[in-house]
Amino acid sequence: MSEGLAIHWRLIPQRYNLVGTECLKCGEKFFPPRQLCPNCRRVGEIREVKFSGEGEIYSYTVIHTPPEGFEFMKPYAMGVIKLIEGPFLTAQLVDCKPEDLEIGKRVELVFRKIIADGSSGIIRYGYKFKLKD
Amino acid sequence: MSKRVAIIGIGMTKFGELWDKRYRDLITEAGADAIKDAGIDGEDIEGLYIGSMSPGLFAGQEHIGALVADYSGLSGIPATRVEAACASGGLALREAYLTIKSGAIDIVVAGGVEKMTDVSTSSAMIALMGAGDQEWEAFKGVTFPSLYALMARRHMVEYGTTIEQISQVAVKSHHNASLNPDAQFPFKVTLEQVMNSAIIADPLRLLHCSPITDGASAVVLASEEKAKELVDDPVWINGSSSATDTIALHDRKSLSRMDSTIIAGKKAYKEAKIKPRDIDFAEVHDCFSIAEILAIEGLNFCKLGDGGKITENGETEIDGRIPINPSGGLKGKGHPVGATGIAQAVEAALQLRGKAGKRQVKDAEIALIHNLGGSGATTVIHILKRN
Amino acid sequence: MKVGIVGYGVYIPRYRIKTEEIARVWGADSKNISNALLIHEKTVPAIDEDTATISVECARNAVQHAKINPKDIGAIYVGSESHPYAVKPTSTIVAAAVDAVPELTAADYEFACKAGTAAIQTTMGLVKSKMIRYGLAIGADTSQGKPGDVLEYTASAGGSAYIIGTENLIAEIHDTYSYTTDTPDFWRREGQEFPSHGARFTGQPAYFRHVIKAAKGIMNKNKLKPDDFDYVVFHQPNGKFPLKAAQIIGFEKKQITEGLVTPYIGNTYSGSTLLGLAKILDDANEGEMILAVSYGSGAGSDAFIIEVTKENEKRRNPKPLQRYIDRKEYVDYATYAKFKGKIKGVKLEKP
Repeated sequence: MSEGLAIHWRLIPQRYNLVGTECLKCGEKFFPPRQLCPNCRRVGEIREVKFSGEGEIYSYTVIHTPPEGFEFMKPYAMGVIKLIEGPFLTAQLVDCKPEDLEIGKRVELVFRKIIADGSSGIIRYGYKFKLKD
Repeated sequence: MSKRVAIIGIGMTKFGELWDKRYRDLITEAGADAIKDAGIDGEDIEGLYIGSMSPGLFAGQEHIGALVADYSGLSGIPATRVEAACASGGLALREAYLTIKSGAIDIVVAGGVEKMTDVSTSSAMIALMGAGDQEWEAFKGVTFPSLYALMARRHMVEYGTTIEQISQVAVKSHHNASLNPDAQFPFKVTLEQVMNSAIIADPLRLLHCSPITDGASAVVLASEEKAKELVDDPVWINGSSSATDTIALHDRKSLSRMDSTIIAGKKAYKEAKIKPRDIDFAEVHDCFSIAEILAIEGLNFCKLGDGGKITENGETEIDGRIPINPSGGLKGKGHPVGATGIAQAVEAALQLRGKAGKRQVKDAEIALIHNLGGSGATTVIHILKRN
Repeated sequence: MKVGIVGYGVYIPRYRIKTEEIARVWGADSKNISNALLIHEKTVPAIDEDTATISVECARNAVQHAKINPKDIGAIYVGSESHPYAVKPTSTIVAAAVDAVPELTAADYEFACKAGTAAIQTTMGLVKSKMIRYGLAIGADTSQGKPGDVLEYTASAGGSAYIIGTENLIAEIHDTYSYTTDTPDFWRREGQEFPSHGARFTGQPAYFRHVIKAAKGIMNKNKLKPDDFDYVVFHQPNGKFPLKAAQIIGFEKKQITEGLVTPYIGNTYSGSTLLGLAKILDDANEGEMILAVSYGSGAGSDAFIIEVTKENEKRRNPKPLQRYIDRKEYVDYATYAKFKGKIKGVKLEKP
């Protein structure tokens, strides 16, 4: 089951370029972006901010039983990444072997194919991470 | 406003791969059992709350309230579906409890149901991922076992929890399930079997994961007045609470503890006016073995970080200091997601009535049931007390 | 007004397959093939890589090297014979990913292996006419060879992106010249999975004729001869062809060695000439002269006379090609077949 076209389309700045938000009132940065600051709520002031794509592995796993569509990627690594600007996100870790993974290792953003909608639908691209050289 | 609310009837189907049963068969079977157990009639039921996580994706069916009322022969009464992922059952119980507590009506059935085996395993995984963040987790190929694996990794790093300790949870659950004829997996497993089972999401293996299950469960709730009038052995709900956390795991303050459980636990203990040490046993949400460790720590049965140790020491066994999941838990009994929260109430009532057979916890007086949604974004807790 | 390269970026996938591994599967004599084609190994894209992801990676590297505001890019052209969509541009994906959207023009190019240099020519015209400030020209491919076909030993994946402008040039493009005929030496019909080729017909009347005519043509036009150049780089369908072309035209081996990358990464098709050029630029110094000549089947060659500036020494590319060449992991044929989707039904897609 695939997402609707517009669901992906409206998230292209986020999925391609890590465009998140920050609250000018409290200074907290958000990725994935939030339109309502959870700290300041209605008095918060939200604006867009682009994240650098650099971070470190906070936790990781290697998926051996994938969901529909990801069967031929397996095994693939999934990490919770702590961006240097503060927020955390979940992303695949590519171009590495499971034994190379370690909490605290530096990672950087790469642009990859996430999933295609069958053989005739659109191809959804987005961020993944790889170990920094 | 009703002073107290009691469980006066319980019912449950067998849990497992029930190939010959439909969604509606399961819930009507459990409901009829509960009504019979309460010694009342359909006409006495004033409302229905049904917990079901994803009948739309598992069976193509929505509009569950009306469906269940219809096939129970109760069309006409109000019926509400309650959804909070795997905590749907627990939340249905809470909504039913609050309705009676409000004084609006006196007798309500809270049910839970899921029919999960009509779709492929990978489709079931997609349906279950609906409990996570679709845009920022599921889109990336995240699975539920992998979210709990990410938590397990942090717990191991921060507290030195070992894979043996995590595996011991499953060994204990299976031991208890072997004493439960309604369990999906009524057999024991060894530590070696758990640790050598197929890898699912490193470090979690197959035997650390609850299965895909069909099943339904139901309880009849009544106001204090009605309960006393109708039955001799009501089980009282002395505390009911619910708390939430961020939908995506990566937004949590910590991956090595379950904040929604900590918050809901404090509220429930306060409402029931008891301390964690007063609990005689608990049914907790062990969808993955690490989840039981996070639950017993969050419920304050031990210090944060000690969940693995007290499991290894045998403190959570049926005859231990704080028996956890005498039913076999989600791991051994099965996990038909929407039915789980209600099934925990069924087990607790059975134990408190002293009717749990070989898995009976001795002299059980106060029980806690803990139901989790998603990777911990919802916790629902109830504290039950025997008459 | 000067026109030239403001910055450039390269990208090749991490995975490699050795010639001998492919030869093993097809029962071929690997020594013989290695010698005949001068190819040792080639790049293999991961299952989640395609021409769009490769284009984005090298384009981001180019923007980083050029130190420009991506919003100042007025045109993006992606040259490839393996665009992920038959209809829907790769260039818009790149435009969004480098954050050049929305005020720019973009299009995809196809001219077999020379679509990337055609993109450079187009952007040169646009910047020189002041229609745009910067143009981004990319040549990238995840090329396919029919299993067992001789092409399979070389067809690889990679790409290179060039930011063309008129200021802060790391290299000035003095002139460009093209030689084009209608020569059907290699093609892929609409809807066909693999390309077809004319075997030995791809040599003398196709590759050699066009490359040599273009090289000689641009040198005559500019009154230059082979020894006026420090480096020469040709399209590299294999390791042998460019060496032979260089020899015929009168270049010495030392002039072509620096930019000869196919023996280590394979034929990256639209990326080939541009990756060879990048390899030269990575270490080139002020005043050094480069002759670059691409070749695209069908057929045509684009030639460029490039002079390196002082800026290239001050602003070395932070991600040189050699770093990508050295960072590698070998896969066997089965894994390669899986990654490339050569096994029926193996795809990264939802049903």
